[in-house]
Amino acid sequence: MKLYQRQRHRVLQIVTKLIIPFVLLFALYVQFHGDYGPGGGFQAGVIFASAFILHGLIFGMQRTRKVITPTALRILMALGVLIYLGTGILSMLLGANLLDYSVLAHDAKHGQHWGIFAVELGVGVTVTAVMISLFYSFASRR
Amino acid sequence: MELLVTVVLLSFLVAIVIGIIVLRDLLAGVILLGLYSLVAAGVFVVMDAVDVAFTEAAVGCGISTILFLGALSFTRHEQKPRGNDSVVAMVFVVVTGAMLIYGTLDMPHYGDSSSPAQTHPELTQHYLYESMGETGMPNVVTSVLASYRGYDTLGETVVVFTAGIAVLSLLGLIRRRPEEEAPDDAPGDLPKQADDDLERIA
Repeated sequence: MKLYQRQRHRVLQIVTKLIIPFVLLFALYVQFHGDYGPGGGFQAGVIFASAFILHGLIFGMQRTRKVITPTALRILMALGVLIYLGTGILSMLLGANLLDYSVLAHDAKHGQHWGIFAVELGVGVTVTAVMISLFYSFASRR
Repeated sequence: MELLVTVVLLSFLVAIVIGIIVLRDLLAGVILLGLYSLVAAGVFVVMDAVDVAFTEAAVGCGISTILFLGALSFTRHEQKPRGNDSVVAMVFVVVTGAMLIYGTLDMPHYGDSSSPAQTHPELTQHYLYESMGETGMPNVVTSVLASYRGYDTLGETVVVFTAGIAVLSLLGLIRRRPEEEAPDDAPGDLPKQADDDLERIA
């Protein structure tokens, strides 16, 4: 409670703390339900990043930088592309074309499912990291 | 009914664009740009392109608005009065706009039954009928995006990655303050004096 007592925007901060878990959960839903409904890595990444941006706007950049550091973001940015490309390379190593997921599992459909899961995850990770980095770069130049 | 909704939404788009051009207040312009994206997302929903609408609403209306607001904090909130070069700019814009409109004349009309997509339906039908059997994905958009056209999406992801690297190298790395020099206060923090008082009361 001590943190709140030092702050002026107490209502905003408490409401934000209540909202952020739901935003993150909705982002995960959009990420992993993209196979069945509208959504996917791009949209989920943006929604996931918006939770951190909301945190930055309400609690200040210094606190958000402690939650997720710029260095971690740079690593995540590259990691997403690596997950995507790694899935493609893996399918090549298993004897198929680049990004042909049918060989990733014993059954072609399961392989497709795993492959799409992996590349969407890669897209989501990269988009999240890039969006938060953009926000950091713009907001910390005052 | 659908026609009425489309006409109303497109009229909104035109009105918003005129508002953006007329207004000198950059903050209002940014908010109107967000509104433009939201209405455009509505148009996409009417066209049954739910995934595109979702992206437009999240990226165009959400993140872009926030980033524009962040960029606005470096500038003034008012647009500078234009100088004498507005005639040249006007000619340039009119010529470019005319070329763009001329470029769209070749394109098939929306829902045109004689468009190439309709007269050569093999690819579309393959996606629509075989996607479930080949990939097990009920959402055809996802199966096209991530599996059939996975190579394109890899390119898009690399583009996003490159954009992030570019912004970091322009804004992030050069003028980055060391962490310990960064001020410890946050928006909404009370001044240090009042802070002590509050803690004493608590």
